[in-house]
Amino acid sequence: MTDLTRLNAAETAATIASGEASAVEVTQAHLDRIGAVDEKVHAFLHVDTEGALKAAKAVDDKRAAGEKLGPLAGVPLALKDIFTTKGVPTTVGSKILDGWIPPYDATLTTRLRNAGIVILGKTNMDEFAMGSSTENSAYGPTGNPWDLTRIPGGSGGGSAAALASFQAPLAIGTDTGGSIRQPAAVTGTVGVKPTYGAVSRYGMVAFSSSLDQGGPCARTVLDAALLHEAIAGHDPMDSTSIDAPVPPVVEAARNGNVKGLRVGVVKEFSGEGYQAGVVERFNGAVELLRELGAEIVELSCPSFTYALAAYYLIAPSEASSNLARFDGLRYGIRVGDDGTRSAEEVTALTREAGFGPEVKRRIMLGTYALSSGYYDAYYGSAQKVRTLITRDFERSFGSVDVIISPTTPTTAFPIGERADDPMAMYLADLCTIPANLAGNSAMSVPCGLAPEDGLPVGLQIIAPALADDRLYRVGAAVEAGFIARWGHPLLEEAPTL
Amino acid sequence: MTHDLVSYEDALKAYDPVMGLEVHVELGTKTKMFCGCSTALGAEPNSQVCPVCLGLPGALPVVNAIGVESAIKIGLALNCEIAEWCRFARKNYFYPDMPKNFQTSQYDEPIAFNGYLDVSLEDGEVFRVQIERAHMEEDTGKSTHVGGATGRIHGATYSLLDYNRAGIPLIEIVTKPIEGAGVRAPEVAKAYVAELRELIKALGVSEARMEMGQMRCDVNLSLRPHGEKKLGTRSETKNVNSLRSVERAARYEIQRHAAVLSSGGTIVQETRHFHEEDGSTTPGRIKEEAEDYRYFPEPDLVPIAPAREWVEELRAGLPELPSVRRKRLQEDWGIADHEMQSVLNAGAIDLIVATIEAGADAASARKWWMGELARRSNEDGVELAELPITPAQVARVSALVSSGDLNDKLARQVIEGVLAGEGDPDTVVEKRGLKVVSDEGALGAAVDEAIAANGAIADKIRGGNLAAAGALIGAVMKITRGQADAKRVRELVLEKLGVQG
Repeated sequence: MTDLTRLNAAETAATIASGEASAVEVTQAHLDRIGAVDEKVHAFLHVDTEGALKAAKAVDDKRAAGEKLGPLAGVPLALKDIFTTKGVPTTVGSKILDGWIPPYDATLTTRLRNAGIVILGKTNMDEFAMGSSTENSAYGPTGNPWDLTRIPGGSGGGSAAALASFQAPLAIGTDTGGSIRQPAAVTGTVGVKPTYGAVSRYGMVAFSSSLDQGGPCARTVLDAALLHEAIAGHDPMDSTSIDAPVPPVVEAARNGNVKGLRVGVVKEFSGEGYQAGVVERFNGAVELLRELGAEIVELSCPSFTYALAAYYLIAPSEASSNLARFDGLRYGIRVGDDGTRSAEEVTALTREAGFGPEVKRRIMLGTYALSSGYYDAYYGSAQKVRTLITRDFERSFGSVDVIISPTTPTTAFPIGERADDPMAMYLADLCTIPANLAGNSAMSVPCGLAPEDGLPVGLQIIAPALADDRLYRVGAAVEAGFIARWGHPLLEEAPTL
Repeated sequence: MTHDLVSYEDALKAYDPVMGLEVHVELGTKTKMFCGCSTALGAEPNSQVCPVCLGLPGALPVVNAIGVESAIKIGLALNCEIAEWCRFARKNYFYPDMPKNFQTSQYDEPIAFNGYLDVSLEDGEVFRVQIERAHMEEDTGKSTHVGGATGRIHGATYSLLDYNRAGIPLIEIVTKPIEGAGVRAPEVAKAYVAELRELIKALGVSEARMEMGQMRCDVNLSLRPHGEKKLGTRSETKNVNSLRSVERAARYEIQRHAAVLSSGGTIVQETRHFHEEDGSTTPGRIKEEAEDYRYFPEPDLVPIAPAREWVEELRAGLPELPSVRRKRLQEDWGIADHEMQSVLNAGAIDLIVATIEAGADAASARKWWMGELARRSNEDGVELAELPITPAQVARVSALVSSGDLNDKLARQVIEGVLAGEGDPDTVVEKRGLKVVSDEGALGAAVDEAIAANGAIADKIRGGNLAAAGALIGAVMKITRGQADAKRVRELVLEKLGVQG
């Protein structure tokens, strides 16, 4: 019998729909795989065995009753632990929410359930999505399945690692500055940050509200598109959710084609700090696109130079306010409440014990940036940079259809290497941040292994807001082109663990 | 804690008061400002809450459209400009009864700004209060501090939190500095809040019941020497929750500030608590430096851009505003400015209108409410509207008088009976036997009896001294225990004595 965990999501759904395997069998196979390898990988913070089997059984019952199944019915998924799940722990990778059982489902969670997608459990992440390596998780790091001593990217390292280690064919991530794309790049998987507002943020624990965006993670472009379609769409519970039809992403993923497409290469996404092998693989992707009939256009977006600085003012500012609610009074842990201390003292002790160093650093940064007397110089200026970046994108998209770049300047670095150097860590998001600031859609798709370390390199594709389908059209073409060249998908080369 | 106070008169001799009034109005929307929870009062603690108003991780706000509409109506009624585009902002500070530890409010982009409200003082003088802004925000939860002496957090052993109120829509209405009111500043403060309350009620956006906390006032006050342009340091007296208290708090602060300043001291910028019992204020927390709320635009909500057509539609649909209505009623009732002002001061407008609607004529409706009933409300120390008599009952009394079934004296007894809980006017008439004696035979006999008993007076009348008739009428009224129609008695007396009236 075929190994059900090696199938991609579209194949899995077809297998279940045809009756070749039941949803329960598929789910059990993945639970077994988790049992076998996750001790090494540590992709999951919580595995919901009972809930997963129950959801799978419901799909099987539905099929037995002759009801029509959705395109991803019965397919298992690893959910980033930032989305609330009723009755299932949600920690956001933080000690402060240790033991919290949400009383409600995020809109995204509800959509997954309604689509018959089986939620296997909750995946590891940098605490409150603040980080690029998953080392900031209060529950320990996740290993990169390509090399367990290396980081799987972050903040959504757990979701990406689950895909790359075949513990789940689908995963959900969230992307504030690159937290879907950067892990996808360093694990050889596909990750999409949809247009801001495309996927509801209701029930997604906020880091930086104006930047946060949930999105699909998968091993293939088509799988990502199928998941994109399942989770996107207007939600009246999220005021910033887009009230417009979801772009035809699945159709685009089925028709990968770049003939005549104008592809922009931005000068500012290169230079110092880019690993040689990453540049080499990126150039290979440019060549491939040219061969496939795309027109390559060189561009300059001067404002991108300031994107990282602006991001590290805006995101911490919003975070300092979003995280103020974690005070130990209503949910999560409470420290020092021995009857003699005031509420303020208990809150201080709770936060001291509950928040990790990176979260504290960003709360302080943000609090400072919003302070009266500093607001204009910091938060205000950062917003102006944001406007300039948006304009640079708008101008660029006047002459090109998509923009490409390396997703991340380097391949996966060793666990611990940048843990004490926040600035080095922040550079991992150099190429991904501009799309968040402008609200555009962007994807990372594998473009090979860096010759010097044999680790995956990601190609980033950026499209205008609401043109997410372009990502899938280009992504599918690149994916098919490379598979034709390599003779197999990149992940085939990953260790089997 | 009491302070040395300077007499009010002396304070005003040396200083000009400048006030700023901040009024919070809880809107009467069915649901909260950013979620679908009920706003009904009196429910079990924490029974009207959801992930949004509890600020649970992941929850997001959605703006209540009726809340925005109400804010625009208030802005229009206050002669404000309505923003073409505005945003919510987060006001960041910690307090356990605020679930998110920030309040979703508005900062530099309020929905309404630059308005005014004309208020009538007791003598009919009109004072224009300039409005800085009216903005939308959400209420906090409610803390109950248990174990402390004063019910305040200091000294409490534990606190209970009820989040039912968290997220109820509030409109905060802020005046520009109110200058030039001089000795009348406390009166202006009270009249402003009173007029605002009438306005809010007329708009139907809130019941604005101060005793229920649906309308709360902060009185900011500073003094400066006559002729000085620069504003003095202000105190902020929080949660002054009745019209009378607003006046008293302003007055107290004027006297206290004057005492501090005239003895060479400096006023500390601080919040203060008002005490109903003795009308004093005591310090709350000291604001050593201006609190830094780190306002920034609320990223979870999209900007609000009320279409001009919609604003104009709302403007056209505004109900008659209180000042306009008063003017119309005054004309309808044909009374002078000062009479209308007394009606307003007594809080009798709606009662009189309702009495007229129940069938009474304007003059008698006003006569009863502003006469006998006003007297009783003063005596009993309760608001006119709190008296246990309805406009319909007053209208019934009035009807009994005009039909001749009651005279004024009997009518007063009927009202007394109704107030004493003896039932409807007709029941009281029945039980107390208060009908005017209209039986001509009985009345004639009483007149005969009075003439017989007062021969000397009867002679005077026969001699043409009509003024003496009053004494005979009084005697008849005495015999009939007041239950006679005085006019008819007079006719009978004159008739029987053969004198032309």
